[in-house]
Formats: sequence, C-alpha cells, structure tokens
Amino acid sequence: MAAVTETIETVQAATEGTYKWGFSTDIEMDYAPKGLNEDIVRFISAKKQEPAWLLEWRLKAYAMWLKMEEPTWPSVHYPKIDYQDAFYYAAPKEGPKSLDEVDPELLKTYAKLGIPLKEQAFLAGVEGAGDSAADARMPIAVDAVFDSVSVATSYKERLAKDGIIFCSISEAVHEHPELVKQYLGSVVPQGDNFYAALNSAVFTDGSFVYIPKGVRCPMELSTYFRINAKSTGQFERTLIIADEGAVVSYLEGCTAPMRDENQLHAAVVELVALDDASIKYSTVQNWYPGDAQGKGGIYNFVTKRAQCRGKRSKVSWTQVETGSAITWKYPSCVLLGEDSVGEFYSVAITNNYQQADTGTKMIHVGARTKSTIVSKGISAGHGQNTYRGLVRVAPTATNARNFTQCDSLLIGDLCGAHTVPYIENRCLTAKLEHEATTSRIAEDQLFYCRQRGLTQEDAVGLIVNGFCREVLKELPMEFAVEAQKLLQISLEGSVG
Amino acid sequence: MLRIQGLTATVDGKEILKGIDLEVPTGEVHAIMGPNGSGKSTLSYVLAGRDGYEVTGGTATFNGVDLLGKQPEERAAMGVFLAFQYPVELPGVGNANFLRTALNAVRRGRGESELDAMQFLKLARARMKELSMPEDMLKRGVNVGFSGGEKKRNEVLQMALLAPKLAILDETDSGLDIDALKVAADGVNALRGPEFSALVITHYQRLLNYIVPDRVHVLMAGRIQRSGGKELALELEASGYGAPQAA
Ligand SMILES: Nc1ncnc2c1ncn2[C@@H]1O[C@H](COP(=O)(O)OP(=O)(O)OP(=O)(O)O)[C@@H](O)[C@H]1O
Ligand SMILES: [Mg+2]
Repeated sequence: MAAVTETIETVQAATEGTYKWGFSTDIEMDYAPKGLNEDIVRFISAKKQEPAWLLEWRLKAYAMWLKMEEPTWPSVHYPKIDYQDAFYYAAPKEGPKSLDEVDPELLKTYAKLGIPLKEQAFLAGVEGAGDSAADARMPIAVDAVFDSVSVATSYKERLAKDGIIFCSISEAVHEHPELVKQYLGSVVPQGDNFYAALNSAVFTDGSFVYIPKGVRCPMELSTYFRINAKSTGQFERTLIIADEGAVVSYLEGCTAPMRDENQLHAAVVELVALDDASIKYSTVQNWYPGDAQGKGGIYNFVTKRAQCRGKRSKVSWTQVETGSAITWKYPSCVLLGEDSVGEFYSVAITNNYQQADTGTKMIHVGARTKSTIVSKGISAGHGQNTYRGLVRVAPTATNARNFTQCDSLLIGDLCGAHTVPYIENRCLTAKLEHEATTSRIAEDQLFYCRQRGLTQEDAVGLIVNGFCREVLKELPMEFAVEAQKLLQISLEGSVG
Repeated sequence: MLRIQGLTATVDGKEILKGIDLEVPTGEVHAIMGPNGSGKSTLSYVLAGRDGYEVTGGTATFNGVDLLGKQPEERAAMGVFLAFQYPVELPGVGNANFLRTALNAVRRGRGESELDAMQFLKLARARMKELSMPEDMLKRGVNVGFSGGEKKRNEVLQMALLAPKLAILDETDSGLDIDALKVAADGVNALRGPEFSALVITHYQRLLNYIVPDRVHVLMAGRIQRSGGKELALELEASGYGAPQAA
C-alpha cells in the first residue's frame, strides 16, 4: 500500500511542465578531436589502455560500418546526421576513482538527478531496520556513466562477496578479459546493423555484470547514463551474463541536458542467460525529448538483444520510453534453450514532435519456448508512435507459444499510432496470438475524474497510468514510481 | 443554498433546459422526478460543469458563489458531488488509488491536509463497513467489471468519503436491490445535517421512503412544472406525470 500512496503523491507532486533534468554540469572535460576516423578509434582505445585484441575488434567494426548504410525502414524522419560533426569521446578530466574520491561536482549532479551514489548500510539483517517498511528499502547498486566514462560504481565490494562482478565495461576489459572476450559481440555481432557497428567501433563505457552459478543477486543493479557534454555522442556498451541458475534484476536510467542541437545515443546491450538463469532488464528512458516545437533532443538508436542460451532460462525486458526526439529500439530475445522464456513489456510515449519506432523481436528456436509481448503506445501532440514487432518461429521450436498485445492510446488528433507486426511461423505446432487495440481518452472519463476533484492533467495522468498498468507493474517499485511521474510530466499540456 | 434561476442550456445545439428555477436551502434534501428525456441528467451535468452542455442563460449559485463559470474540479472542491447515472469505467486505475486521489484533491481544495495511505485506508474501511461493501472493491479497477448495482454502490462510497456539501444523485437507486437501496439511503442520511443539501433524482417513490425529501419537484420538458411536499411523490406514483403544463 505504501507504494500506492507514494505513487499518487509523486504523481501529484509532478506538476511542472518542463524537462527537469535539463541542467548541465560545468566540469573540466577531456575530448577526442571532433569527427570520426580510424585515428579516433585508436584514440579511444588508447585512452582506455585497451589490449590489442580489442583495438583490432574495434577497427574491424569501423571498417564494417564504413560500408554500411543508415537504415531507412523505421517510420522516423530526421535530417541527415553528419557523423563528422560530433565528439566521440568526452570524459571528466579527473579520471574515475574510488567512490569516496568522486568529483563533488559529479556527486552533486547525481544527487540533483536523485541518483544515490553513496552506499547506505546494507539492511540484509532485520536488526536496526526502521519500523516502517518504506525505510527498509533495498539499496540499489549504481554504476554512473557520465558522457564517455563510468565515474563510480557502488556496492562493488558487497557484491564481490557473492562472486558477482559489477563494474564498468572498461574495468572489466582489464580485470576480467576472459569473460569479456568470450561474450562481447556474441549476441550483437559488430556488423549486426549500422548503429551496432558504429557502437562497436567507438563505444566508450557502460556496465558489465556477471552473476555466477546459482547466485541470486541480493540487490537491484543499475546504471545511470548521463549525457552532459555538448556535441557529444554517447555510445555505451552493456554486457550482462547470468550463469546457470543465476538471477538478476538490472535497471537503466538516462537523462541529458536541454540543448538545441540533436545528440546521438547509440548503445548496444547484450544479455546472456544460461540454464535456469533469469535476467530482468528495466529501462526508464528519459533522454531530453526536444522542445515543444521539436527542436533539439536525443536521437536514441539502440540495439538491445538477449540470448536465452540455457534451458528454462528467462529474460524479461521492461521499458518506459518517455524521452528522446527519436527512438529506434527493439529489445529482443533469441530463445535458444528449450523451455526458455522471453518477455517484452513496453510503454512508449510520444508528445510534441517526438517519434518512436520501437518494439521487439522474439526468435523462437528451442522447443516449447514461450514469449509474451505487451506494448502500450501513447501518442499526444504531433507525436508519432510505431510498434514494430517480429515473432519468428523456427521449425525446431515445437510447441512454441507467443502472446502479443499491442494497445495504442491517442490524445488529441494530430498524433499517430501505427502497429507493424511481422509473424514468421515455420512450425506447425506453434501457437501465436495477437491482439491490438486503439483507443482515445474518453471525454466521460476525464469529466468523471474532474467531477471528483482531479485537475485535467491529473486525470490524464491517472488514466494513462491505468492504461500502462500491466507494464508498470513489471518495474521494480522505485522505478515504477519514477515512471508514473514521468508519464504524467511527458504528457503535460497535451490535453485541453 | 443552491439557487438556480432561469437556467437554459443546449446540447449539440438543441435546447434541453428551458428555464429552470429551483432553490434548495442549506440543510434540505429535494427530490427531482420526471419522465425520461425531460432533462434531469442534463441539469446535473450543467451543475457539475460537463463540456458540451452549454449554458445559454440564467444563473446557478451555491452559497452565493457562481457555479457556472467554474471548472468541474473547482466545483468539486466547493463541495459539489455528482453520483453519475452511468458511472464511468477507468481501466487499470485501482479504485483505492482513485478514491484517495479524489479525496486528497478535494481536501486540498478545502484547505485540509492530505491523507496518507494508512489514514485513507482506515477511513475507507470504516465507510465501507457502514455501507456493508466488500473490501475487495478497493482493489479492483474503477467500475471495471462492476455490476450495475456495484457501480451505484461505488458512487455512494465515493460520496460518503468525499463528504460533499451538495450531493446530486442521478438515479442512484436504479438497479439497486432492496438491501442496496437502504444502504444508499443510509449513505445520504448519514451526511444529512445543517451544512448538507442534496438533489435526489429518481423515478421511484420507493427511494423517498428511505430518503425523506423536504421537497419534491417535477421536471418536464426542460422546466420545473410542479413542486410540493413528499406526498407529491405518492400522488405522481398513483396518477403519473400527465401532459406538461403550458409555460
Ligand atoms: N448529445 C446529445 N445530443 C442531442 N440530444 C441529447 C444529447 N444528450 C442528451 N440529449 C437529449 O436531451 C434530453 C434530456 O436528456 P437527459 O439525459 O437529461 O434526460 P433525463 O431526464 O435524465 O432522462 P432519464 O430519465 O431517461 O435519465 C433527451 O431528449 C436526450 O435525448
Ligand atoms: Mg437521466
């Protein structure tokens, strides 16, 4: 019940219509020269003192990228991106240190964003825990990525006790090269697509997680991405491996300053789940969406993919996409292991001039693999929202099952919602279900709420949160509150 | 005191209210009866401020404050509550969440402190017990999958929680079984007092055995055609409405 209360309170507290994460931090930065060429790739690799194999890996990706074309199939429109007109590396001058020595400016930045970098006493035992359940919250381990580098990772020692590795990917390259070498690019190969190739060439930082056999990660792990520097792209790379029987829940949040220019964010996330392992990956994407006229904002071109390699393994993607000028993103599951399970729960909001082309791919290979897709698209203003989803069932995936539900909610009549499902079934015993609805917020619903004392905006927030409930309930509690608040803020000014 | 004078209103360009004059002194409960389509719900929507119900003339004040120029939520904060003839479904929105949000919105409007979850639950449970409603109504989506009678009970629960100064009940008795009817009447009677007024719209005299009205009005063809004491309801039940009198 506390969650419900808090949710309502937070939703109600959020009444300002501006992007509140739009400030920038003044801090001395180290940049690569502007533009992109082989030397920049070498520069980044050298900055990170990478082993030769990784530089080779990057250069191979760069060579592939040069030959590739930017995809034009998504239903999004934007002026041609000049890849030479951006910085590919920007890092605070004072390099990453231990948690106690992080630049106070950065600590302040994260505090302002509401991200706890300081470790709290770990409340594993009940002793000393407050009498109110809300006080006894589980701590969250955070990896904070600021522009191109990870600036801090909390609770590392505590996690190490269980053999869990949680660190920046740069650190993992040095500390756990065998794991990185084995898994990097094994789910999303360098040449997978245009943006993945670009990322593979110039990725700067991101998180690395390894959960050993049979270990249930004792706290939520999270990475908080912040783009701060001007004219800078962010190319992070995240790799999560859950060994046999391991269980982990991972959260990802992101914000950026308000700037008139468009900034590119092209991330790659790879997840690997072995036998009986389970990974829950939640995202609250709140990159700067641009202003009400459509100026500025982040181009979010992201490749996220999971491989359920093991039997009975499970990967669940939950995403709440409220930010970015353009979102191009299809968190996917390749269900290789028998009886493995893939889930995709998504809320995508487009307001003003935002465009989102998002969805998922569920690739069924193993027998009795199961997937669930629940997509909630909300369009307001001039927003354009496309759900694009692929369900592919290979002949080997006997008795595979998929359930897809795609709901669109329209607010106003200048926006659009589009559903593009692709189904490729090559297995007779597979069972696939697809449901889709499109609705509007009805006048009588708004009036009913307002008659009970809610303002128009609160009423819209309440109805939209109700519409998204099936997805929001998949989020860890802290994130659910944040997400509800965001939904409402994102839609401010969209009605009436 | 609710004072309505010469109120005219159109819906989709069609004149539905043709000059309503009505006064409900503070502390009184008045019943409105009248044939289908005579404008009873229209009057309740106009008083609550629904979009699309356009006031073309006349005034309506509550305790001397103009109602018609205000937003629906402002009227709610003033203590105006409408129990809907057709309560609206809000899929995915939990009833408890909705009730607490509404209660706190109205409390804010009244300058009272907001209730936290525990305080709210205590209050809600107490009210539900009084109205003999099962507690699981709190957990369900607002009116989603509720039976007709459950929806009406939910309206009564909301009224009991929000404790309005002016309650307009639009056929809250329709679709209620005998027990529920008594519960609904108890809900209104519990609020009765020197600070509370109500307009009870109904087709059935039976309700008025439980909520004994101070006055009964007959709304026909967009006007109040007759007014009288509680015995008027009995008379109407016996002889019907007859033809509307010429204005
Ligand atoms: N949107 C609309 N467009 C046209 N006419 C409308 C509209 N809404 C209501 N009306 C008409 O207004 C008149 C009054 O309707 P109202 O719902 O107020 O009646 P009522 O007295 O509440 O009836 P009942 O006893 O059946 O509930 C009816 O003739 C109805 O058809
Ligand atoms: Mg009616």
